[in-house]
Formats: sequence, C-alpha cells, structure tokens
Amino acid sequence: MASKQQDVKELVERKYKHGFVTDIESETLPPGIDESVIHHISRMKGEPQFMLDWRLKAFRLWQDMQEPEWAKLEIEPIDYQAISYYSAPKRDKNAPKSLDEVDPKLLETYDKLGIPLHERARLAGVAVDAVFDSVSVTTTFKEKLAAAGVIFCSFSEAVQNHPELVERYLGTVVPQRDNFFAALNSAVFTDGSFVYVPKGVRCPMELSTYFRINAANTGQFERTLIIADEGSHVSYLEGCTAPQRDENQLHAAVVELIAERDAEIKYSTVQNWYPGDEDGRGGIYNFVTKRGDCRGDHSKISWTQVEAGSAITWKYPSCILRGAESVGEFYSVAVTNNRQQADTGTKMIHIGRDTRSTIISKGISAGRAQNAYRGLVRMLPTADNARNYTQCDSLLMGNQCGAHTFPYMEIKNPSAVVEHEATTSKIADDQLFYCRQRGLSEEDAVNMIVNGFCRDVFRELPMEFAVEAQNLMNVSLEGAVG
Amino acid sequence: MLLNIENLHASVGGTEIIKGLNLQINPGEVHAIMGPNGSGKSTLAQALAGKPGYEITAGAVSYKGENLLELEADERARAGIFLGFQYPVEIPGVSNVYLLKAALNARRKESGQDEIDSVEFMRLVREKAKLMQLDQAFLSRGVNEGFSGGEKKRNEIFQMAVLEPDLAILDETDSGLDIDALKVVANGVNAQRDGQRSFLLITHYQRLLDYIQPDFVHVLAGGRIVKSGNRDLALELEANGYDAVLAAAAG
Repeated sequence: MASKQQDVKELVERKYKHGFVTDIESETLPPGIDESVIHHISRMKGEPQFMLDWRLKAFRLWQDMQEPEWAKLEIEPIDYQAISYYSAPKRDKNAPKSLDEVDPKLLETYDKLGIPLHERARLAGVAVDAVFDSVSVTTTFKEKLAAAGVIFCSFSEAVQNHPELVERYLGTVVPQRDNFFAALNSAVFTDGSFVYVPKGVRCPMELSTYFRINAANTGQFERTLIIADEGSHVSYLEGCTAPQRDENQLHAAVVELIAERDAEIKYSTVQNWYPGDEDGRGGIYNFVTKRGDCRGDHSKISWTQVEAGSAITWKYPSCILRGAESVGEFYSVAVTNNRQQADTGTKMIHIGRDTRSTIISKGISAGRAQNAYRGLVRMLPTADNARNYTQCDSLLMGNQCGAHTFPYMEIKNPSAVVEHEATTSKIADDQLFYCRQRGLSEEDAVNMIVNGFCRDVFRELPMEFAVEAQNLMNVSLEGAVG
Repeated sequence: MLLNIENLHASVGGTEIIKGLNLQINPGEVHAIMGPNGSGKSTLAQALAGKPGYEITAGAVSYKGENLLELEADERARAGIFLGFQYPVEIPGVSNVYLLKAALNARRKESGQDEIDSVEFMRLVREKAKLMQLDQAFLSRGVNEGFSGGEKKRNEIFQMAVLEPDLAILDETDSGLDIDALKVVANGVNAQRDGQRSFLLITHYQRLLDYIQPDFVHVLAGGRIVKSGNRDLALELEANGYDAVLAAAAG
C-alpha cells in the first residue's frame, strides 16, 4: 500500500502543461536599464511628453529604493541589469487590423493555451485583449463595446487615444513611489490593458486579458488601469501562463482599479505562470501590485484570484474603502507545490463610514512549498461602523511544506468590528480514506477534498473561470495515484 | 463463502493488535463482534477496509474467492465492501450528495453500468433519506459538516442504503446514540437485510442486538476470537460482563 508521503511525492511531480516556446523573431532591447532605456521605450511607443516624464520620475525614485525583504520568501538576488526591458514580436509597421493579419504562430500559441480568440470568442461572448510579451496583439469586440461607450484597449492605445483619461487616473491608486516593484513597473511598463466604463453603463460582456511571457530573459511589466465611472459595472478576467525555461523570469505588474460612486468592479485572476521544476529551477518571479480604490460612496471592488503558478508570488490585491458604505472583497486560492513560494494576501483600508470588507483566503501547500497569507485590515478614525470579516484556511499536503498566516490589524475607530478566523489542516489521511472507502480513486478523492476546500472562492468566479480553476486544480493534482 | 479470514495478524505502528483471527461469513449472515475496549474490534474493521497504515503481517483474507489483501481501499469499496465509520470525518465544502453520487457511479462503473442519471439518483436518495429520517436540506450540506453525532451515524447508514454493498462492516454504529436514533439506525440496517447482504456489526454493547438480530456473536479479546455463539452469548455478556465470559473461555 502506498504511503501518504509517496502519494504526495507523486502528486507534486506533475509536469507543466504550457511549457512551449513560440519561435518568433523578437525585437528585444539588450539587457540593462538606465534613462536611455526609458527614453527608448517611450519613443518606441510614440508616447506624449507627460508619459515620458512620468516614467523618468518613477525611474529616479526606483534607483533610491530597496527591494522589500519582509515577505516570507527566499529569493535569489535579481540582477536588474541582466534583464531586457522591451521585447516585441517583429512585424510590419502597421499593426494587424484583424485576426487574419496576426502571425499564425501567435494564434497557434493562444490555441495551445485554449484562449478563445477566434470564432469561439464571439460565441462565448468574451472580448480578449491578448498581450504577447509586451505588445498587445489584437483586440476583439471593440465595436460592440464602443457602442456601449466602453473603452477596452491596450494601454499603449489608451495613451494614444485617451491621454486625458490616462493622465487623470494613472498612478492615483498605486503611485510611482509605492514600492520597489511598482516604481520599476512605472518606469518601464510596455503595455497592458485599459478599461473605461462610462457613467451608468453595465459592461455588456466579461472583459478578458491573457498575458503570456514568451521571449527568454524578458521581464514583463504590464500595467492595467480600470475605471468604472459612477453607477457603472464591469467584470474583468485575467489569465496568465508562461513557457518553461530554466532561468527565472521577472514579472512585475501593476493593476489599478477605480470605482466611482455606485460603481462596481469585479476582477478575477487565474494565474498559472510557469512554477519552475521539481528542484526549483526556473519559474516566474511574480511581484505584482494590485490595488483598487472605492472612491465613491456605495462603490464595490471585488478581487478573486486563483494563484497556481510562479516560482515566487508576491501579491496583495487591496482595497481602499474611501467612499461611505463602500465594499471591498478578496477571495483567494493560492496553491504552492514543489519549491514554489507564495506570500499573498490583501489590504483593506477602511476610510469611509459604514464600509465593509470580506477576506476569504485558502492556501494549499504541497511538496516542499511555502505558502503565506499576509493581510492588513486598517480601520481609520473616520471609519465609523466599519466591519471586516477575515477567514484564512490553510491546507497542507505531506509533511515537508509550510503554511503561515500573518494577519495585521490596525483599529483606530472604536465602533469598528473586525472578525478573524484561521484554520490550518492537513489533507487528512482520514478524509482520503473516507472517500476511498466509498469507492473513489485516490486522485478523485484528493480532487474532491481540495475543490471542497476551495469552494467558497470558486463560487465567486465567473462560470467559465470557475471551470478553468477546477480543471487547473485537477491538473495540479494529476498523478496522485501510485 | 463471502468472506474468509484465516489466522489474520495485523499491526498498527509496529504494534500487533490482531493476533491470529479466524472468521467466516456467508452471504446473508449477520455477525456481531463484541469485545472490551482495546480488544482490536476497530482495527479489524479498518484492516478489512484496507486503511493505509494497517499492516497485515500474516494470514489470509479472501472475499468472493479473491485475495482481499491485494486490493487497495477504493478497490475493496467498489467490490462491495462498505465500512460504516465509528467517527465519520467532516469534508468541508463537499456536499453529501456530491460524494454519494461519485461513490455510486464509481461502483456502477466497476460493474460495467452507465452512470446513474440525475433524476433517478435524486429519487433514490430522497427515498433512502426518508427511511433514515434525514431532512432534505441535509443532502446538500457538506459531508458530516456540523452534523451531530447521531446525524453522522444516520448518514453512514443512509450512504450504505444508497450504495447497497455486499458486505457492510458497521464499526460501533450504536455508540453515542440515544434510543430513538438507535431505532432509526437499526431500522435502516434491517431494511437492508435481504438474505444476500452480509453484515459485520462491531459493538461494545448488547443493546444494538436487541434491534438487529445477529446470526452469530463472537467475543474478541487480545486480538483473537475467544468465543463464538448465537444471540444468547450477547445476553450472557450483558448479564455477567466480559471478565466472567473471558475467564470461562480461558479456563
């Protein structure tokens, strides 16, 4: 009979499914960063002066900043001069106007990832803004969205076509000086997504972006800005994968969300970047700053994330609850396996009266992985009757992994109510045996238990993502049976 | 013969608990195994169900003429062995019916049947839930999540009723039940007696046997069956206590 430890060992020896490289000539800058690189990026993108100035300011701030060291992560030193900060697929000077003009190899890549870019996309009603390395390749459904007045385009296009919106909102949630990685991103970001939903508009479809890092030794620094104007509603889906490589790649993204009065933003992520091999070789270093600002009264921002990939995840999607009666939510499943490390969680900053926040965090550790939840709930003196509910559950598989919970609370208003619940459990042999005794194979039993553990989060995902997330879990647990 | 246990020795964590046990069960028979605490009753149940960590060091067990010990726990379940747990575990977020449907389909698949369709499944489940006096809302709750002790035990018998095993091993299903719950559980078991299905009841008290009439009663002590008899043996145990019966058996 296979021992539990063997089972877990087999379970963690699954192979990464998206580990292929697309052979396309890239225009890549030589490694290194200085002001000339910033100038080059800005010039390549034909940016207005304000953008260049903004980048340069960020770069100067970044030079005096230090990498954060408080996270429970062991990271090899990153040589920022060894990274190339710009990589674009080579193509004709004119951007593709339709899918027919897009390099078939690119489309093939997306096909392997199962991204519904073709007709399937239309049927599924998903608009995809696909980011290949740093340049947005194609954007579908623009017309339909335009009819509703929704702007959904690459960040570069937004800078060209809607500079006034970009200038007004960029950096207002995550300022350049916010942290080391946000400052670096602000200096060198090459593309990303931009969404503006005008007053009173309910976005007619789920917006979706797939990011993919392809070129070797390329950092990807995308920047996403989503603005939901008064009374509007938008749901945004983000999916990520990256090919398999022996060296580590840096990913430092920034996402800013702004919800005006009565507006609602739902932001869902399924992150499956390459996690590295069994011995921790390769894999993405994922340092992401995501923050939403509930600027107006009765606004709502909801983060849902399923973090399954990356060698290192450093990510705290947060909400600033400024407007009265605004609502922040954070639903997270973080899975770490082999040598993966995750330090993830959220910050809920309650400023307005009667603000409410909910945090549901589920961490799953297997192999020799380390998984930490780090969360801050801050109730400012102005946050009368604010409420927070936090629930952090950790599931351990095997006895070589770790789960850690770091809840921080700063309560400066006596009327605030903060609740915190935390559990840590092993995927109990008893649970496995119970399911197997009912006739389920070990693999099915593990899948069932893990999916049950994650249910509170999965049910927050849009339907098509919920299925993907469940499949991702099952793939992660493939080979559990000896 | 459905189950034939010969000279079984089983260890847990290096300690031998079952020390040369023999037992034969024919189709349709109800056997009760009684014994004091620590005599190895639950170990026998877990070992027969194939719980990892329960090492068989000697002896043989055949089930339907096959070597049971070669089968993994889930294979034994699909072959028709059901264990009613003494302490059923909670599986948060997994609904009762979800597990049950997966379990039923796993058994059906094994015997070459199609998966049960949802309407038929719900009809079956409702019928059995009614038999066990379980509320409809109970079905969609997480497996054993927040169940009372009595609900957990009724849920075990409910699952057995849906899965219709060939051999049901019920490990102290009566423990912690009040008299009303005990009757419900016993009714559930009796409804499953059809002359073909066999039962192995593991219990500390005679009380259960007032409601489920066994064909055979065995006394387990020190990892061995020291005395076997019919229902009267259970009454004798109740009247005189284990010590007296064990002393007589030893003498």
